[in-house]
Amino acid sequence: MSDERKLPYVMAFNEAVSQALEDDPNVFCAGEDIGAFGGVFGTFGGLQAKFGVERVVDTPISEQAIIGLGVGAAVTGLRPIVDLMFMDFMCVAMDQIVNQAAKLKYMFGGEARIPLTITTAGGGGLSAAAQHSQSLEALLCHIPGLKVVHPATPYDMKGLMAACIREDNPTVMIKHKRLLGIQGPVPEERYIVPLGVANVVRSGNDVTIVAWGRMVHEVTAAAEKLAGEGIQCEVIDPRTLQPLDIDTIVASAKKTNRVVVVHEAVRFGGLGAEVAAQIQEHAFDYLDAPVGRIAAPFSPVPFSPALEQHYIPDAARIEAGIRSVLFRTPVGA
Amino acid sequence: MSITPAVQFDLHRRMVRIRLFEEAAGRLAEAAKLPGFLHLYVGEEAVASGICGALNDDDHITSTHRGHGHLVAKGGDFNRMMAELMGKSTGYCKGKGGSMHISDLSLGMLGANGIVGAGSPIAVGAAFANKYRGRGQVAVAFFGDGATNIGAFHEAANMACALHLPIVFACENNEYGEFTPRDKTMAITDIVDRAAGYGMPGVIVDGMDVIAVHEAALEAVAKARAGGGPSLIEAKTYRFYNHHGVQNLGLKYRSDDEVAQWKERDPIFTLEDRMIENKVATRQQFDDIWAELRNDIEVAIKFAEDSPLPTSDQVLVDVYSANGGN
Ligand SMILES: Cc1ncc(C[n+]2csc(CCOP(=O)(O)OP(=O)(O)O)c2C)c(N)n1
Ligand SMILES: [Mg+2]
Repeated sequence: MSDERKLPYVMAFNEAVSQALEDDPNVFCAGEDIGAFGGVFGTFGGLQAKFGVERVVDTPISEQAIIGLGVGAAVTGLRPIVDLMFMDFMCVAMDQIVNQAAKLKYMFGGEARIPLTITTAGGGGLSAAAQHSQSLEALLCHIPGLKVVHPATPYDMKGLMAACIREDNPTVMIKHKRLLGIQGPVPEERYIVPLGVANVVRSGNDVTIVAWGRMVHEVTAAAEKLAGEGIQCEVIDPRTLQPLDIDTIVASAKKTNRVVVVHEAVRFGGLGAEVAAQIQEHAFDYLDAPVGRIAAPFSPVPFSPALEQHYIPDAARIEAGIRSVLFRTPVGA
Repeated sequence: MSITPAVQFDLHRRMVRIRLFEEAAGRLAEAAKLPGFLHLYVGEEAVASGICGALNDDDHITSTHRGHGHLVAKGGDFNRMMAELMGKSTGYCKGKGGSMHISDLSLGMLGANGIVGAGSPIAVGAAFANKYRGRGQVAVAFFGDGATNIGAFHEAANMACALHLPIVFACENNEYGEFTPRDKTMAITDIVDRAAGYGMPGVIVDGMDVIAVHEAALEAVAKARAGGGPSLIEAKTYRFYNHHGVQNLGLKYRSDDEVAQWKERDPIFTLEDRMIENKVATRQQFDDIWAELRNDIEVAIKFAEDSPLPTSDQVLVDVYSANGGN
């Protein structure tokens, strides 16, 4: 398959948006610096030149109004893609996301349709400190009415982004800042990775590891190392965090009898807690060990690389965490 | 100039300290010695200096992502600043905040801020506390032109006026928010037009002229201190470097000509020329000042480089305060 076309994650995003702009006149994009400049991460590069200033709109620094623009345009028949430069900035727009976008349909007795895609960039690892590094997916997944995706590969990026745009409900697409440059096969033609369907990244019988975003890559590195010792990890990337494909996770747990959840967000109240709770609800009798969680400690993201390197889980910490679930020693945060 | 020579030298010194700190930070960043983002204040020195020069040590300021200049102008310590930028444990924030969160509460500097617009409501809170305690302190909110497009700014401005608080809103209008020109994101040319909507006076000053900024600041601060309520100062200024990092020419969102035109009005060099022309200073005096402050920077870089990195046990320290403190 050497003739497969490869694209970086960032361009997979770009291509999904570009194809949607081509296919559907109701699709438009709006956000800070996304037009003439192409977005601070290059995610919207070239799109304004191709589709014009009416369809790729540079907005003021006004997160609340950016999301509101999307909600209002969506409820009146357009299919907006609105961008929040960093995930941290969604806190400035929380009312529009949580109280408006997520709830209008329900509150209006089903009479509204909100085909809105909110795109943003999450995650740490760039020494960007406490307000530019957060992984806030748990806040979003807690809100009925929102769907949340967080792709780990260029292939999933394009397919999930296409699915988000076609979705008739508000979706949040979280790009990981540290994955923007990773290359991977991406078909040129249009395709969809359906929302709510997990990907079994690697099969194995000894332990199930659930991870998303950048952690999929750290987990894969740990799994490869453990494979050298004959320990076979099954790695599951839910890809969509809300709705969560719990069936795939539970089926794997029943097979391996041990589960570890890994995420970059803080451990307390993170999605790992939800996954662990659902596994014990659905597969309690199959478990040979408590479900392990490897995640960030309960602090803001520190600036200094000397601290951040101890903050974000890496392959070594993940490997140690997997071993402790395999051999039933307590798992640390 | 009705501003005394001593004050002129003081304002000059603040500006040179900012310039030297920022140029040094830029060089270190280029040499990959500084982690994270770096938003340089070079070109805008007259704004922070002219305004902070009108403040007392116990007055408060809130800052922005472009915050080094504000801290230096308020009297920030080079050593602890440089150490913070390098992520060292001897830094102002013990390596936890970095450039975008640099702060010194003892100088009333309530933090650079990674969230555009977030400083203004905090300045309103400081102004409220100052009025509440009745000690005559004033708060200044620094923010960019782009930040006035954020709801937080408008809520802060309105509340400050409604509560008649001792505050000055100081807008650094450098004509861009990141890579997008101001005229694409607002339908007005002058930020000062916003002031009237909240019921406060506003003035436009030449942000490349530290004396003009200082005079406007003296008036606004005196008014606030005397119980006269908020005002807004819009300083027309320009950042010489890119939004972040150290590139200054060849940027696709602004022309090199524009950069060159603004650089001709360099706030430090124009002040030096004026002071020499007015016979309040000599070139030699300025050379001595630059040399002295350059040395301070070299000392700070050495201090920062020799300082230890924070240890991993520090990750969980200072998430909460212990109860029973002051
Ligand atoms: C709430 C929020 N939105 C967006 C950003 C990204 N951002 C950082 S600086 C900046 C531009 C700010 O422009 P302005 O207020 O004019 O300040 P300047 O950089 O020109 O000094 C933007 C959009 C942010 N940090 N916070
Ligand atoms: Mg600006």
